[in-house]
Amino acid sequence: MLVRPELELISEWIRPGARVLDLGCGDGALLAYLREHRQVSGYGLEIDNANMLQCIQIGVNVIHADLEAGLADFGDSSFDYVIMTQTLQAVRQTEALLDEMLRVGRQGIVTFPNFGFWRCRVQIALQGLMPVVKTLPYEWYNTPNIHLFTLHDFEQLCRLKHIDILQRMVLDHAHRPRPGPKLWPNLLGEIALYRLGRA
Amino acid sequence: MPHTFPPDSVGLVIPQTARFEQSLALDCGRSLANYEMVYETYGTLNADCSNAVLICHALSGDHHVAGYHDEDDPGKPGWWDNCIGPGKPIDTREFFVVCCNNLGGCKGSTGPTAINPENRKPYGPDFPIVTVKDWVRSQARLADQLGIRQWAAIIGGSLGGMQAMQWAITFPDRVRHSLVIAAAPRLSTQNIAFNEVARQAILSDPDFHHGHYYEFGVVPRRGLMLARMLGHITYLSDEGMRAKFGRELREGKMNFNFNFDTEFQVESYLRHQGHAFVDRFDANTYLLITKTLDYFDPAADFDQDLSVAFHRTQARFLVIAFTSDWRFAPARSREIVRALVRAGREVSYAEIPSEYGHDAFLMPIPLYHEVLRSYLARAAREVNARAA
Repeated sequence: MLVRPELELISEWIRPGARVLDLGCGDGALLAYLREHRQVSGYGLEIDNANMLQCIQIGVNVIHADLEAGLADFGDSSFDYVIMTQTLQAVRQTEALLDEMLRVGRQGIVTFPNFGFWRCRVQIALQGLMPVVKTLPYEWYNTPNIHLFTLHDFEQLCRLKHIDILQRMVLDHAHRPRPGPKLWPNLLGEIALYRLGRA
Repeated sequence: MPHTFPPDSVGLVIPQTARFEQSLALDCGRSLANYEMVYETYGTLNADCSNAVLICHALSGDHHVAGYHDEDDPGKPGWWDNCIGPGKPIDTREFFVVCCNNLGGCKGSTGPTAINPENRKPYGPDFPIVTVKDWVRSQARLADQLGIRQWAAIIGGSLGGMQAMQWAITFPDRVRHSLVIAAAPRLSTQNIAFNEVARQAILSDPDFHHGHYYEFGVVPRRGLMLARMLGHITYLSDEGMRAKFGRELREGKMNFNFNFDTEFQVESYLRHQGHAFVDRFDANTYLLITKTLDYFDPAADFDQDLSVAFHRTQARFLVIAFTSDWRFAPARSREIVRALVRAGREVSYAEIPSEYGHDAFLMPIPLYHEVLRSYLARAAREVNARAA
């Protein structure tokens, strides 16, 4: 579920009139917001029936498909931005999907919960339990998040795959860009937003 | 005492006939000097004629899409009655719904059973083979006659979906929403092969008489029945047939006969479907429409690139496919979606889980109807916003 501050922050990165593909678009809130505030055109990919219906109700173009099956239906650089909010940690083919994202889109925008947040570290180090925090609210046995990673993990992967980090924003759980997360992002940041490109 | 119809039914409907005196040039090079089209309407056309919805029928369909023809003996309602009516997904309180029998049909519009003015005999096999584009042009003339400049939506399943697609390509400014259900951008080789077997069944029937069977007072019953039985197999899915019939023997039967009697449930179902069809459908129309299907290929006019065909369209599209449909599988619908995305058109796509095979587009599957309802509710709000 996307909250308004996150919509606003992503929106600031989007050029008006751009063509956007939203992977795992949920109820279509981001696309509806971008359509209104950035006059974008585009489509959302969504597998869940209820979400798909919600998109249709609000007039957001939705393609009922499983993004794990890849983006073969979309041509190279056919979108200005491919966006994946709070989804990267929940897919099986994380690496392949990142590649697909930057093939189909000129730029990619991802957001994800930071597993390196200090509360996570404390819970696992001192209690010996898998962390449960506001941005990762599930128990280990019912979590949809199957790839947990930190900001450092992600940036390492980007270096390895020659993905350029064009912009980064690190926020607290309420999506506020506080001084703490700015200073020690991997320790105090709870949510990360990245804008990516590939030369 | 007259029958009372369900409150969400359009009730008693009376087919109407539109006559066209202006010649219609056809893709085959021939033309129809004049012709008639039978149609039905439900709901009320609003003051600025902006709430009209066209329903396009498939191979064996006709203009009777909803409601009843007889008050005293209502029988079965129109072929998509579960979807059209007050409060139904295609809501007749919001929309003025039109459905016509296509040219070449056998339910009242000019077709093989009509009298050829040149020789005062039924056209039979001499009726020109009409294409989806011809149909769309003829439907546009009907729209002109009804005062409908632009359709709020054009909706069709299977061959009907192909017409909805062709409309958006041929008349970009006359369609606001194109709903393409269980269709394909063109037939596959396998589809054409099935059609050819169906045609051969009819053509090889001794009662066919090269299509002039009307003059002999017979109909090629066996051929048409076989064609329909074959068609029916392709409309159902393997799992759907298993669920419905299994390997059950007919009622009361315990053992095999070791002969060719009707023994399995599925055999009696297919024979029943075949028999019932022969009584209500014309073999020449069946032959003609299978060719209409085979010829449909909008990309052919645009260098075999479907997305180029869609460049000029202005409609918003809703494409719907059903998981167990193998006649026009979801992959075929995704070809349409892919071309629309490449052309930068507005499109949504829903893939409905179903066991019903190709026939699913006629079934009241809750998710399917909810998708149609949600989409069309928005289209209705647009109509009301324009009127306001």
